[in-house]
Amino acid sequence: MFGLKFNQTGKLIRFIIRRDRIRIIIWLLVLTTITLIIAPAYTELFPTEKERLVMAETVQNPAMIAMLGPVYGLDNYTIGVMFGSQMLLFTAIAVAVMNIFLVTRHTREDEENGRIEIIRSLPVGRLSNVTSTTIVAIGVNILLSLIIGIGLWALRIESMGIEGSLLYGAALGVTGIFFSTVTVFLVQLSENTRGTIGFSFFILGFAYLIRALGDVGNKTLSLFSPLGWIVRTQVYANNYWWPVILTAGVAFIIIAAAFYLNSIRDLEAGFIPARSGRKTASIFLKNPLGLGLRLQRTAIISWLVGIFVLGASYGSVLGDINSFIETNEMYRKLIIVGEGFSLTDQFITTIMSVIAIFSAIPSLLMLLKLKKEEKKNRAEQLLARSVSRNRLLASFLIIAIIMSFISLSLASVGMWSAEISVMEEPVSFITIFKAGIVYLPAIWIMIGLATLFLGVYSWATGLTWLYLVYSFFVVYLGKLLQLPQWMGKLSPFGNIPQLPVEDMNWAIILILTIIALFLIASGFAGYNRRDINVTKDSFYLSFLFKKNKN
Amino acid sequence: MTILKTTNLKKRFGNVIALNGVDLEVNRGEVYGFIGPNGAGKTTTIRILLGILQPDEGKATVFGKDAWQDAVEIHKKIAYVPGEVNLWPNLSGGEVIDFFVKLRGSNNKNHRKELIEKFDLDPSKKCRSYSKGNRQKVALVAAFAAEADLYILDEPSSGLDPLMEKAFQECVMDIKKAGKSIFLSSHILSEVEKLCDKVSIIRKGKIIEAGTLDELRHLTRTIIRLKTKEEIPALDEVKGVYDIKKTNNNTYTFQVDTDNIGDIVKYFSQSGILKLESTPPKLENLFMHHYKKNGGVS
Repeated sequence: MFGLKFNQTGKLIRFIIRRDRIRIIIWLLVLTTITLIIAPAYTELFPTEKERLVMAETVQNPAMIAMLGPVYGLDNYTIGVMFGSQMLLFTAIAVAVMNIFLVTRHTREDEENGRIEIIRSLPVGRLSNVTSTTIVAIGVNILLSLIIGIGLWALRIESMGIEGSLLYGAALGVTGIFFSTVTVFLVQLSENTRGTIGFSFFILGFAYLIRALGDVGNKTLSLFSPLGWIVRTQVYANNYWWPVILTAGVAFIIIAAAFYLNSIRDLEAGFIPARSGRKTASIFLKNPLGLGLRLQRTAIISWLVGIFVLGASYGSVLGDINSFIETNEMYRKLIIVGEGFSLTDQFITTIMSVIAIFSAIPSLLMLLKLKKEEKKNRAEQLLARSVSRNRLLASFLIIAIIMSFISLSLASVGMWSAEISVMEEPVSFITIFKAGIVYLPAIWIMIGLATLFLGVYSWATGLTWLYLVYSFFVVYLGKLLQLPQWMGKLSPFGNIPQLPVEDMNWAIILILTIIALFLIASGFAGYNRRDINVTKDSFYLSFLFKKNKN
Repeated sequence: MTILKTTNLKKRFGNVIALNGVDLEVNRGEVYGFIGPNGAGKTTTIRILLGILQPDEGKATVFGKDAWQDAVEIHKKIAYVPGEVNLWPNLSGGEVIDFFVKLRGSNNKNHRKELIEKFDLDPSKKCRSYSKGNRQKVALVAAFAAEADLYILDEPSSGLDPLMEKAFQECVMDIKKAGKSIFLSSHILSEVEKLCDKVSIIRKGKIIEAGTLDELRHLTRTIIRLKTKEEIPALDEVKGVYDIKKTNNNTYTFQVDTDNIGDIVKYFSQSGILKLESTPPKLENLFMHHYKKNGGVS
């Protein structure tokens, strides 16, 4: 009977590939293209040994270590070593995210929507769906490993040989496999898609956090994180393969446990049962604003905790920076360019731009929740009652705007509360707070853009996320990659005065705020005019229909 | 020959007792109605029959095989339509039907085409743009296109319009003619009445009544509407008469126990009948009758 548990797995594998062929290709293309564009960029940015040595000193900054992983191969700091130590971790995280979404989509999401029930009523084994999903995920990751590995080698960059390139690819792939198995495991615990994705991202974030703390402080701590393992491959320097084998081994144990749990649980159940809800609505749940808050309560709290921890973790490295400077005179000369500003202040400005971009995420999520409500035909239930479109949109907008203020404030509080305990001369709260809160208009522009799309072209709201990712690349990685300045100015985050290093510029703040208001107003105008619940298909259909009539 | 049998099925979800001893028996060639209100345990029973839930106690067998252990074997000869059909938004209805048929292994192109026409389904549309009724049709076409021995249908016509409901009933009759068995869960009583040979009524996880429709009708009362020349004396004292409503002009409406109907007719015919209307017991009455007996309608 054992064999029958996996009956028809092959057909399900083909079905998953059929459903996701475009999605998988896009993921693979994006990850490969970014990797293969950035690697040659390094050779142009750091052509000589001298420039590479400057970079070698920069990355020894504890903040950089916390962000990118431990430094290695300093005695021969080649392009390959630079690329490996700076790109591997972030690319691995992107691969992990891909796997979390891929696996959830075919397991818990299909199960929650009752599709697995139909499949299971056919002669299909109890473990067939989870097996086929796992096999597809492993296959995609192996493919990714090979494409990136061979692709990097094919670039013919001097210090990037075949072994290092294949190891780089394998490290990415095995991280992907690891997080796909973690997700399969968490699918068994959580009863719904949101819970599964939430748990998975929590594990990913936690793995990143303890690796960051471990790499800066107690190295043993990093060995409890899979991300801590893979940065220890020391790609293009020592090329250690043990982290890949270790990660694969642990992934195998996790998947075995997940399969066992899957085989003993009921369909559509999870081992952590959902709590039962209230019998009556609370006094807050009496208007669309209350609904927006109630629906997103957990998300709001988790994001606020997350943002606080983000601020605090950056704050905790501030202390290390100062002690680092005391022992390293050369580093001090290299980094401090502005007169009268401490390294700490300059660090704060850089970090705040990143924190601000992260703080925009919850605001955008809260606002774009309305689109989801519309897609699921729930917005019409509200609009069919005595709720105007203005009121509905405004309710979700207000949550987003308040969220932007609270996020930035909490990040500042987090940074300050960690910093005050590690610094001998702590930076004042008001300095940190100003450096953070000044980014409000930038977030408002993102919110305004989302409102505009929501109101006018609701299918295009995804572009807001693209713009945010662009902002992250140009504002943060732009410095690393030395991108031209105008690219930074195309993002609202690149225009904000960087307090406390730069002076406050009220004119720019005012202009950005006016742009945001204009975007929001256009969004409202559009939302009042357009059809609710119109999919793109029917939009085109109605267009065709009208044409025929004429 | 017994196709499907459950004995003393029990299932709890946390503190909630979903099933509390369910016994069912479906024979070959029968259309078996399984009725009960929402939350009574219909879907839980069906999911145990499909081997996707494991009962805490009791046994479910289909074709003489264990529903949990031999699920895959059993499913080769089962077709199932769920109550709430959710499909993959980016696939077309035709693709989904073919996929289901392929998973089963059988393939009858003509039958598929015939059914798509019968249910008036556009198989090239993406599932995301289907209405509830159309998604239901996709599941029905996929189920009826299969050459199964047992069809398990969970409130299959809840999203269909009356025309499609008729098409559905025709399909069920065709299957019955071919000697296949059908297990039909529903709360649309007229449908069960039209299609089923046998009925089980489930309430709060327990079967409260089971048998053929004729057998169950014995349990219920016929409604009589009557106009007489003279007043009927002491009607409320006659055995087996209930719920008398009298309007002026000697017009009566009351219920009678089917067992005593002969004596009662004899009794009131003495008063000179001007008009007589009798409504046969409907499943609705049967249903309500049972709920009232067990402490009111929940």
